[in-house]
Amino acid sequence: MDINFTPEEEAFRQEVRSFLKEKLPREMSDKVLNHKHLTKDDLVNWQKILYEKGWAAPGWPKKHGGPGWTPVQKSIFEEETARAGAPPLLPFGLAMVAPVIMNFGSEEQKERFLPPILSADAWWCQGYSEPGAGSDLASLKTRAEREGDHYIVNGQKTWTTLGQHADWIFCLVRTNQEVKKQEGISFLLIDMNTPGISVRPIQLLDGGHEVNEVFFDNVKVPAENLVGEENKGWTYAKFLLGHERSGIAGIGRGKMELTRLKEIASKEQKNGRPLIDDPSFRARIARIEMDLDALEMTDLRVTAAVQQGQAPGPEASMLKIKGTEIRQEIYHRVREAVGPYALPFQPEALDGQTDDAVAPDYALSAAPTYFNNRKLTIFGGSNEIQKNIVAKMILGL
Amino acid sequence: MDFSLTDEQRMLQDTVERLVQDQYGFEQRRGYMQEKGGFSRDMWNQIAELGLLGVPFPEEIGGFGGGAIETMLVMEAFGKGLVLEPYVASVVTSGQLIADAGSDAQKEAILEPLVGGELVLAFAHGEPDSRYSNTQVATRAERSGAGYTITGHKAVVLHGDSADKFVISARTSGDTMDADGLSLFLVDADAKGVSIQGYPTIDGLHAAEVKLNGVQVSEDALIGQEGKAADLIELTQDRGAMAVCAEAVGAMGVACDLTLDYLKQRKQFGMPIGAFQSVQHRMVEMRMELEQARSATLKAAAKLDSGDPVERRRAVSIAKHQVGIGGRFVSEQSIQLHGGIGMTEEYYLAHFAKRIAMIDNQFGDADAHLDRFSAQMDVPKTA
Ligand SMILES: Cc1cc2nc3c(=O)[nH]c(=O)nc-3n(C[C@H](O)[C@H](O)[C@H](O)COP(=O)(O)OP(=O)(O)OC[C@H]3O[C@@H](n4cnc5c(N)ncnc54)[C@H](O)[C@@H]3O)c2cc1C
Repeated sequence: MDINFTPEEEAFRQEVRSFLKEKLPREMSDKVLNHKHLTKDDLVNWQKILYEKGWAAPGWPKKHGGPGWTPVQKSIFEEETARAGAPPLLPFGLAMVAPVIMNFGSEEQKERFLPPILSADAWWCQGYSEPGAGSDLASLKTRAEREGDHYIVNGQKTWTTLGQHADWIFCLVRTNQEVKKQEGISFLLIDMNTPGISVRPIQLLDGGHEVNEVFFDNVKVPAENLVGEENKGWTYAKFLLGHERSGIAGIGRGKMELTRLKEIASKEQKNGRPLIDDPSFRARIARIEMDLDALEMTDLRVTAAVQQGQAPGPEASMLKIKGTEIRQEIYHRVREAVGPYALPFQPEALDGQTDDAVAPDYALSAAPTYFNNRKLTIFGGSNEIQKNIVAKMILGL
Repeated sequence: MDFSLTDEQRMLQDTVERLVQDQYGFEQRRGYMQEKGGFSRDMWNQIAELGLLGVPFPEEIGGFGGGAIETMLVMEAFGKGLVLEPYVASVVTSGQLIADAGSDAQKEAILEPLVGGELVLAFAHGEPDSRYSNTQVATRAERSGAGYTITGHKAVVLHGDSADKFVISARTSGDTMDADGLSLFLVDADAKGVSIQGYPTIDGLHAAEVKLNGVQVSEDALIGQEGKAADLIELTQDRGAMAVCAEAVGAMGVACDLTLDYLKQRKQFGMPIGAFQSVQHRMVEMRMELEQARSATLKAAAKLDSGDPVERRRAVSIAKHQVGIGGRFVSEQSIQLHGGIGMTEEYYLAHFAKRIAMIDNQFGDADAHLDRFSAQMDVPKTA
């Protein structure tokens, strides 16, 4: 047994670090590290910078223009980019629809859709959830009826993250009402500019606009936009769940946020001394670090198993549960660390649009970040659903 | 032992609950938030007309003659509607402080208009670096001529942008960290040298940064004895803490009710999500946190009036700690069990979740009260 990275892996880490030092714009990392609001341009521009280097799609094979990294390299990349405060790579195109197209799409679809995903020229969003179909996704009702060489889509998707910017949406739609609910679902790619689609913003509790409702009213979708076979959409969606799970524990992000918590606790005062020197607060931070350290090892164990060709199993659910709980605990402690200055609500300041900020950015963003990240345990399969998976698949209960 | 309310107390409770039920719907509250200072002057006047601003004050000046239990009843009912009006700032903290320690002239000038709703006070004690300390005060009041000159920065002053006058803590002697040398002053919001920057808070209320730059006050602005205000400040902070605990109990009750309703309505996998045992247990834990908070707050209210500062500190810290920890649990889990809908600004659960959580950032958080409690906890002597 050797739990150290190989010299090659360490060299790769150095390469990523020097790249980030040179290419990650300061104003971007400043926003990320202070939890200020990122714009669409920030996200697109950062992906384009990575694209130049050939690193925009850490999970893609070389054949499609990815770097062809090992799982360990991917995990190093994730950690280093998070540490440096790089904007996140949005998963919807790169990590969600692309692997499905690569594995089940036609050659034409691969040629048409993959290059703009890689170069950040097409913005994708995920149309799975519906008002009546959240955890029980397979009960979705949005219908696609075949008419000649088109599908006519009617229904509603919801919680569509950043759908307001999207050029495309990948949807699970019902194409057969007669069969078992999982067996009548298809995977359809829909141009957001098609007549009949309307997008309504949903404001979240932190005041931000990141999710939407998307309505489909007799939307005409060319049949060539069906991925794979009709009524096999559920299989593809499940493939996705089992496939792209690297990074699900968010170790890199967790470490970055933990460092940030320590910095904030060093700047904040309690009884005239730095909060970080308060034994009970310090012990709380230490507990988080201990949890995160153990989780990192669990993550690496799974990563190494995948590297040796084993399929990532339901262990991914454990990583998701623990990883999100740790992140939420960090955000709670940041809110606690900044004391009464967690109260002022000045979203303009987080957009960089006010000179009247009454507290540092890290304080003004503390409560919005804390509330916004309640989402971590709800989306991507809620933590309750993840526990059901572990109970069933690992424990056989 | 008798936990039942008196007839007067029950009437008081009914009055406030009816007001909240009839006039504090979600949409109505949204309207109030748009008004100047983030609350409704009309509502404030109604609260005054119902006599609620006089709850803790003696009958001679038009008060109700109530104590901390009465304040608790009002605040719990307010919590059910997330009432925005400056009751804690004006009545519970500053007003009672004047009633306790003010000179006859101060009481006469302040209390009647306060009870009538014409005068709003705010308690300006916390400072940018002082966190939840009762005694860490850098603001200074220097003797000058027949009065004092006050300079300093008061942070996150609840409803500071609506106050006509502030009760301000300032140091007349000693160093920033000393308990000795603290004094309290009445300062007009429009006095020369006072600057106020108001803002909304994330839980829908308002607060302000209040800066005093060489503000001149006369001798009779001093409240109580010079240099001896530490105990009064702590008592006032404890009153505020108990009041927001009661508000939290009201709000936690609503969050629990909304969640329970939702568990019965929302169907996934062909059944109500409340049919899943893991969900049931979570809901049970939420209710347990609520009941613990209710009990601890009741005791804090009882001990606030006991006149025994040691007992009072213990009980208030137990309550505020419980509301910090248990409130966080109820806030977070009510969102969690609602799924995506719990995260939206459009649905009113999130507003309760936010207020409940942010109460921890006022009048001492769970850690601050844990510290105070452990410092004076009884430890048996061993041989
Ligand atoms: C910020 C945000 C962004 C999102 N982005 C997207 C997106 O881009 N695209 C998309 O398609 N979706 C997105 N979602 C939707 C997300 O996937 C769903 O919210 C999630 O699947 C839960 O569904 P629900 O909200 O309907 O909750 P419900 O499924 O109604 O669940 C409510 C509660 O019941 C629990 N529960 C349900 N079933 C069980 C069970 N069997 N056992 C125990 N507990 C159970 C849940 O864990 C939860 O606590 C997003 C959600 C959020 C909050």
